[in-house]
Amino acid sequence: MDKPVNQRAWILVLPVVILVAFSSIIPMMTVVNYSFQDSFGGNEFFWVGLEWYRELLQSERLWDALGRQLLFSSVILLIEIPLGILVALCMPKKGWTASLCLVLMALPLLIPYNVVGTIWQVFARSDIGLLGRGMSDLGVSYNYAQNAFDAWVTVVAMDVWHWTSLVALLSYAGLRSIPNAYYQAAQIDQASRWSVFRYIELPKMRGVLIIAVLLRFMDSFMIYTEPFVLTGGGPGNATTFLSIDLVKMALGQFDLGPAAAFSLMYFLVILLISYVFYTVMITTDKADAKP
Amino acid sequence: MSSITLQKLAHAYNPDTRRDADFALKEVNHTWEDGRAYALLGPSGCGKTTLLNIMSGLLQPTRGRILFGEKDVTAMSTAQRNIAQVFQFPVVYDTMTVGQNLAFPLRNRGMEASYITERVQRVAQMIGLERHLDQKASSLTADLKQKISLGRGVVRNDVNAILFDEPLTVIDPHMKWELRTQLKSLHREFGHTMIYVTHDQTEALTFAEKVVVMHDGLIVQIGTPQELFEAPAHVFVGYFIGSPGMNFMPVSVEGSRGEINGYTIGLESDYGNPVGRVVLGIRPEFVRLTKGAGLPVTINQIRDVGRQKFVNATLFDTEINIAVNAGVQIEADMTNIVFDPAMISIFCDDWRIEGSPLQKLTEGVA
Repeated sequence: MDKPVNQRAWILVLPVVILVAFSSIIPMMTVVNYSFQDSFGGNEFFWVGLEWYRELLQSERLWDALGRQLLFSSVILLIEIPLGILVALCMPKKGWTASLCLVLMALPLLIPYNVVGTIWQVFARSDIGLLGRGMSDLGVSYNYAQNAFDAWVTVVAMDVWHWTSLVALLSYAGLRSIPNAYYQAAQIDQASRWSVFRYIELPKMRGVLIIAVLLRFMDSFMIYTEPFVLTGGGPGNATTFLSIDLVKMALGQFDLGPAAAFSLMYFLVILLISYVFYTVMITTDKADAKP
Repeated sequence: MSSITLQKLAHAYNPDTRRDADFALKEVNHTWEDGRAYALLGPSGCGKTTLLNIMSGLLQPTRGRILFGEKDVTAMSTAQRNIAQVFQFPVVYDTMTVGQNLAFPLRNRGMEASYITERVQRVAQMIGLERHLDQKASSLTADLKQKISLGRGVVRNDVNAILFDEPLTVIDPHMKWELRTQLKSLHREFGHTMIYVTHDQTEALTFAEKVVVMHDGLIVQIGTPQELFEAPAHVFVGYFIGSPGMNFMPVSVEGSRGEINGYTIGLESDYGNPVGRVVLGIRPEFVRLTKGAGLPVTINQIRDVGRQKFVNATLFDTEINIAVNAGVQIEADMTNIVFDPAMISIFCDDWRIEGSPLQKLTEGVA
């Protein structure tokens, strides 16, 4: 059968091409352009080729920031995913308490990022903050502005506070979609609570958990505002994650070339890791489906 | 294995139980005899599933007791009761293989590994899943999944009864027949008490030795398929069993004489003087078209369904159906009907009434 060919159909795609060009492609190509050049005052640019990439790949600064970033993402995933599932399991199943829980859980998600940072900045301050002051009154030495470990604990706690409810809400939706017959069958089969979780709830939540892991990974890997407001990347470089480092380089030092090279590599890393995550999860899905 | 006795069992989903209408299941007294195959038949929402879930212990009844044999199990958990239940939608444990699925109830009961393997093999053979034992359960079709559900039930050898809750709903039509046949042979072989919930009368009538018909939270009749067909105990049974259902028409009865719009109908029993709303019920199969004799009807439509023709007609103000065998010619002047007197049922306020046999007639016959 001959398919009708009409080249004018391309015109229909044009609006979206223009939109995407101006919102993504052109800005991105500018960055690509910068990454191969050196800039001086007065808008003078020189071609340097792969110089910035070479320099960055050899700099300890980038690798340290990447290491911190990976550590941070792993820690918050390890805490937020199990905690979110646990919270979802404990939430009431119906009635007004369920609605109340859903609203309360959604609240942290609605607060702007810099407000979250400010809330925790004040909360953890050792002179006036409830947490900081309380800790020192209890005799626990805690100062996120001076101690790297304390700073980390605070940043992680803040992220967990901010985002666990997202995981919980997704898991809750997954749990609610399990037909009652599964629980009844498990009861008849005399399955333990753990078996019900392991063999019914967890497999049924798989889809939403993949999404939760992907979302939380990408978001935490790009985290900027909250730690910037809370610690500003300090003490020292203890909480300087990739994006904070990038902003320091681009706006603090105004090194446009290296910063551009940095952001491109940053982008590729996120793309790569997300792709790997996705493929691994989809292939195991398919392997399960095959006989 | 033992019989299951329901004593004054009732259930309401709301805590408010002052009115009769608050009960999804009104008072039920019934004994399921050991080793028989029952069908629990009724329209959606009549309380079938409620009754089933109470028996398996998934639901605690508001009132009444359940006995297994002589033992009161009302307060016992589902697992303690040793009941197997197959649900409307196939329930399998997705991450396990078919074999692991079948072994699951035994493993949870802490059985020995060698016993489990042997038992799983045996059950798989029984229900035709041997070839699939090592496959992931999630990869199978709905009918095979439903077999796994069944297998998880019968894999325990101490099962008291197997309850089926409309198990063929999501099965393809051509597989339904096969599964049902397999259930019957399973029943013959192992003699579990089987209770099969359905709203499909063909399914109920072909599966069961005894059919329990429920209507609006009540058991209205328990009987063999033939009893349900020939002597429905309630107007609902007459209407629900058979396709098309029983014909009903208002009648005034005095002794063994019925009267419809001035026409007299001879009855085979003496019904005395029933008080209330009296109707006569007759199955389409027992109405005969005649020329001249009997009640006058206006024929509206004739449907040919192959083996039979169904004639839709109006008798005074009531619409009735008449079944005519394929070989019989329907002629234009066949505008009257007669009823087979032995097959006439009389209902008073929806319930069947039995008349006393006529003395003279029995003597004459004898």
